[in-house]
Amino acid sequence: MFALIDCNNFYASCERVFQPQYEHKAVVILSNNDGCVIARSNEAKALGIPMGAPAFKFRNEFKKHNIKVFSSNYPLYGDMSNRVMKILETYTPNVEIYSIDEAFLKFEGFDHFDLIESGFRMRKQVRQWTGIPVSVGLAPSKALAKIANKIAKKFDQKTGGVYAIDSAEKRLKALKWTPIEDVWGVGRQHAKRLKAMQIKTALDFVNLPDEWVKKHMSILGLRLKRDLEGIPSIQLEGFTPSKKSIATTRSFKNVLNIFTSLEERITTFTLLGAEKLRKQKSCATALHVFVRSNPFNPDAVQYRNGCTLTLPHATDSNFVLNRYALMGLRSIFKPGIEYKKAGVILLGITPSSSRQITLFEQDTAKHAVLMQTLDKIHRRYGPHRMKLATQDLKQTWKMKREHLSNRFTTEINEIIRVK
Amino acid sequence: MSGTGDKIVFFQPDQELGKPSYLAQEGISAGFPSPADDFKELRISIDREVVKNEEATFYARVSGESMQGAGLDDGDLLVIDRSIEPQDNKIAVCFIDGEFTVKRLKVAEDCVYLMPENSKYQPIKVTQENELIIWGVVTYVVKKL
Repeated sequence: MFALIDCNNFYASCERVFQPQYEHKAVVILSNNDGCVIARSNEAKALGIPMGAPAFKFRNEFKKHNIKVFSSNYPLYGDMSNRVMKILETYTPNVEIYSIDEAFLKFEGFDHFDLIESGFRMRKQVRQWTGIPVSVGLAPSKALAKIANKIAKKFDQKTGGVYAIDSAEKRLKALKWTPIEDVWGVGRQHAKRLKAMQIKTALDFVNLPDEWVKKHMSILGLRLKRDLEGIPSIQLEGFTPSKKSIATTRSFKNVLNIFTSLEERITTFTLLGAEKLRKQKSCATALHVFVRSNPFNPDAVQYRNGCTLTLPHATDSNFVLNRYALMGLRSIFKPGIEYKKAGVILLGITPSSSRQITLFEQDTAKHAVLMQTLDKIHRRYGPHRMKLATQDLKQTWKMKREHLSNRFTTEINEIIRVK
Repeated sequence: MSGTGDKIVFFQPDQELGKPSYLAQEGISAGFPSPADDFKELRISIDREVVKNEEATFYARVSGESMQGAGLDDGDLLVIDRSIEPQDNKIAVCFIDGEFTVKRLKVAEDCVYLMPENSKYQPIKVTQENELIIWGVVTYVVKKL
């Protein structure tokens, strides 16, 4: 059996643990720089606040409905996620952390256990220990566990937040209930095509002939079909795969129009990405730099451009990455534009261990030790303590985070106060 | 290489010759091994002592004097273990009427009292009408002298 455990409205729930006054109130969380809505409580969903709603457009709406707005507080969400996952890991050794708020559990050799009862225990324990509400879906395969979870969450009054697809009858009912576009792993393109063929539900999909699915949706589609038939075919990923690309992009609080300011930003973004790269012990082989003006300002001259550069060799060195990132910036920078957003995306990521050494590689060997030291300093004394010369030493760029809550679990000076 | 008559000679490393050697990354020190090596133990750590359930442990700062009698002074640091079931007579962090408070729990027949330990403060009677969240049981208090 597989279980999918999903934290309900995770970001909103994290905020509510430490500010319980917002329990049962509409809550939204904004993206980095307070750009747009990235998470909503059920109450906010019911008020019709769409995902991705730009904050500045919805300001009046927030006020009118008395919606509590939070800036995203990733130190808090990350720590709370960790706690939840650690608790889940005590139930089975086979855990796949699927995202910040979801995990697949595989139960092998648990035949004599009442897994539904375990599901309820899990839910109760996570709630009591961390304050985070979760839903549990149980089924013989991952794809079905996803559906079971959706049912558990949607009908939580009736299910108590735990639902198991543990019979053929329940499986068929669940498949019939699930629209094709909601099936895990069915992308938008496939959903569109299937719907055009009158394949509207997961059940319709399962009734397609194997040959057709394999031909049109590859072996992955066939595996999904098996999974939905109750024959486990999609395996647990043992570990979180390394990121294939690392993007560091930001909107600026105020527009930038001179090259050196952008240069400073691009360097900082590159170094942030490079640090992540080294943390996962990998190298980049290419990078993409982009800049753009503010599309929401009708009076501004609109411009957006980006370019991708191939690096001379796979590298994780600040110096090499930055040299190329700035080369890219120089080629796309256009004077007279008010830039609102820029970013650096590190691409073609390969593990450091398997990178190829080129004949004329000069720098990286020497840089490796330096980079290690740099990362150590940053870990110990906080980020941005050591900078490259293109970075501004005095200025620390601040994200716009007007609604930021405390880091209740990671910063001793920001813990809750009790009377 | 000069003339056409010259031959190029390739030298191959002779792998038979060298004996394999080991890399001792920790280094080797000559001399008598420490007699304490076999008796190594972990150094005392307050964290390990106080935090029994890492995932369920949170911290709070005391503000005010309502629990002075129990040794909780203004500015003290509280260790809260949410894995512990709240019970009568335990000191707990609660959320009531829009704010966090730390009090001793007193369970009566039809209600719960949040008992201060300072004669200047009144017990808080919690009935069906109040919304009370017992947030977590306090297990330790850390104070700076």
